[in-house]
Amino acid sequence: MALRQCAIYGKGGIGKSTTTQNLVAALAESGKKVMIVGCDPKADSTRLILHSKAQNSVMELAAEAGSVEDLELEDVLSVGYGGIKCVESGGPEPGVGCAGRGVITAINFLEEEGAYDDELDFVFYDVLGDVVCGGFAMPIRENKAQEIYIVCSGEMMAMYAANNIAKGIVKYANSGSVRLAGLICNSRQTDREDELIIALAEMLGTQMIHFIPRANSVQHAEIRRMTVIEYDPTNKQADEYRALANKIVNNTKFVIPTPITMDELEALLMEFGIMEVEDESIIGKKASELAA
Amino acid sequence: MSALTREETEALIQEVLEVYPEKAKKDRAKHLAVNDQSIEQSKKCITSNRKSLPGVMTIRGCAYAGSKGVVWGPIKDMIHISHGPVGCGQYSRAGRRNYYVGTTGVNTFGTMNFTSDFQEKDIVFGGDKKLAKLIGEIEQLFPLNKGISVQSECPIGLIGDDIEAVSKKAAAEFNKPVVPVRCEGFRGVSQSLGHHIANDAIRDWVLPRREGKAFEGTPYDVAVIGDYNIGGDAWSSRILLEEMGLRVVAQWSGDGTIAEMEKTPYVKVNLIHCYRSMNYIARHMEEKYSIPWMEYNFFGPTKVAESLRAIAALFDDKIKEGAERVIAKYQPLMQAVIDKYKPRLEGKRVMLYVGGLRPRHVIGAYEDLGMEVVGTGYEFGHNDDYDRTIKDMGNATLIYDDVTGFEFEEFVKRVKPDLVGSGIKEKFIFQKMGVPFRQMHSWDYSGPYHGYDGFAIFARDMDMTLNNPCWSKITAPWLKQAEPEAAKKAA
Repeated sequence: MALRQCAIYGKGGIGKSTTTQNLVAALAESGKKVMIVGCDPKADSTRLILHSKAQNSVMELAAEAGSVEDLELEDVLSVGYGGIKCVESGGPEPGVGCAGRGVITAINFLEEEGAYDDELDFVFYDVLGDVVCGGFAMPIRENKAQEIYIVCSGEMMAMYAANNIAKGIVKYANSGSVRLAGLICNSRQTDREDELIIALAEMLGTQMIHFIPRANSVQHAEIRRMTVIEYDPTNKQADEYRALANKIVNNTKFVIPTPITMDELEALLMEFGIMEVEDESIIGKKASELAA
Repeated sequence: MSALTREETEALIQEVLEVYPEKAKKDRAKHLAVNDQSIEQSKKCITSNRKSLPGVMTIRGCAYAGSKGVVWGPIKDMIHISHGPVGCGQYSRAGRRNYYVGTTGVNTFGTMNFTSDFQEKDIVFGGDKKLAKLIGEIEQLFPLNKGISVQSECPIGLIGDDIEAVSKKAAAEFNKPVVPVRCEGFRGVSQSLGHHIANDAIRDWVLPRREGKAFEGTPYDVAVIGDYNIGGDAWSSRILLEEMGLRVVAQWSGDGTIAEMEKTPYVKVNLIHCYRSMNYIARHMEEKYSIPWMEYNFFGPTKVAESLRAIAALFDDKIKEGAERVIAKYQPLMQAVIDKYKPRLEGKRVMLYVGGLRPRHVIGAYEDLGMEVVGTGYEFGHNDDYDRTIKDMGNATLIYDDVTGFEFEEFVKRVKPDLVGSGIKEKFIFQKMGVPFRQMHSWDYSGPYHGYDGFAIFARDMDMTLNNPCWSKITAPWLKQAEPEAAKKAA
């Protein structure tokens, strides 16, 4: 089986890292060889696999050693649960430097050092929040991730972010082989959430690949810095991640997305009652004015 | 070949524009003009200070070049850190030949390159800590420096380093001026914005330092602003001002010091040579300290005498007499230079393309030698520069703003000047075309060209370039053989 490279995007705080690690653990459990590349200066994309607070990142080690050329692959690569290989690109603390450049440097380093070997079945890039600059688009540029999964929920801002990410994918899809492979709905228990995300997926030309219900067991596992798969393999939630993993293994629906306009998105939200029909008469009016 | 008529020049511009795609043609047409002395405002005939078109081989520099290379670099007793990757600092090191007096590496640092030498990790994690460390090391290794400036290269603006905070902290720690300059290369359309940013940094971080402190002034205190002492230009200018009785308190910035800059708010008048790069600070001092400023021109005896008289007119009779005395003293010397070189240069035609003040200021010097400037243009001029140029250039001459490599070559091919004056990037192209060429940024490693002493050198240099016997020997051997045969056939 040829190496499949997938990137996970989505609004900040939506649960990308948790979803990715549980999904990867399920893949590993089924015998797949997987690597996670964390593309976030917070470096929290591998803690559930490694049972650690935060892995030593490529950029952190490079800064210590002098330059990235002074590093060896084994310095940055840790192996965790189920033989999953883990790398964190790392980057600066908030407010200084350029995190985007850190991602570029780290991914180039991994390629040059031959981290993507033939034995691997999957590489997952767990990418910070929105695609804020070119650096965070690095995983979807040429010869990197070909499949993009967007984690979202039935909340307005999460769907807004998903649509924006789809726009970013179109830009790179036209010049390369990157494709949108599906939306992963990480439930926030909003009304008719599954129907809403299925409708959004249809408009974007893709699919809702799986609906992950909300479950406290995920948090229970996380406190112990573990995935549900490892912490409690018999838990119902572990089966949800196994189902997602299975669907991704068998996924063949890779599309160039068709992002929708703001008006279309608002219409969809109104249809599902998430957004009220806009009342033009109240726009720009202060509370005191409305009271009068 | 005689000079082109207005119609011929207009046709030439149209013909040269012909190769461009429609959009580029429309844009470039606005930057090319046939001079008409009757026009009062250049904006009616030429557009300037606009973004260059991609792909045209512009000759311009960047904001960092304008700040570090032009304005700040020559201040000799300060250390100017090229903050960012190593190349910007190294390839601009000592390139402008700003002469200075001092012991390099001890109390002056003009030809040295100080850089924070950014690596990947500095981009990713920010360079503030490195900058602070670097300033500390400079203090230890070069304790006689009188201050430090931080010249930002492109990445500083991209990654948002807080160089102001580092500078303030270091200034307090070492009790010295540490000046952050936000002259990232991508800002603006040319080096011109870098001049402005550098002027603003001097305004904010240098001039206020001596406000309210004692200064023993005289009624004859002046500052020379915008002379970068290229090949010693400021020195051959300063002696004339001193000979006529003025006291030059400060030289900006060629062979200059930070102490001189700090004292400038106490002078009676600011004398501006390079208007383009330093008019901002002169206007500021006029507004804040009520110091009048005037432009002068020290190229060629005619303009030198005019300028000396105009400067003297701002002072009392003692200075006015001094100006006449200086003019009279040098007059026979200048006549001797003209007598020697004018017969060899009379009627020769020149095309210029330079920056700053030279596209208009050197016209008088050529005219003193009987030569004519038939085309000129600015790399990074604004409309106030062209306003001043229209009157100095003859009617129907060519004016080109931010000229492209292609346009410049085509103009020279058609106008066939006897001499081209421009920069190092243009030099070898025109020499290979068989056209005598002088570098008019660096004076081709000669100089000074300012003042009376400078004119003697200017005249000699133009003569030795233009009348060099090599120009008659550049026909290729195979073309030479073809000539007599063709002549035979014709006969």
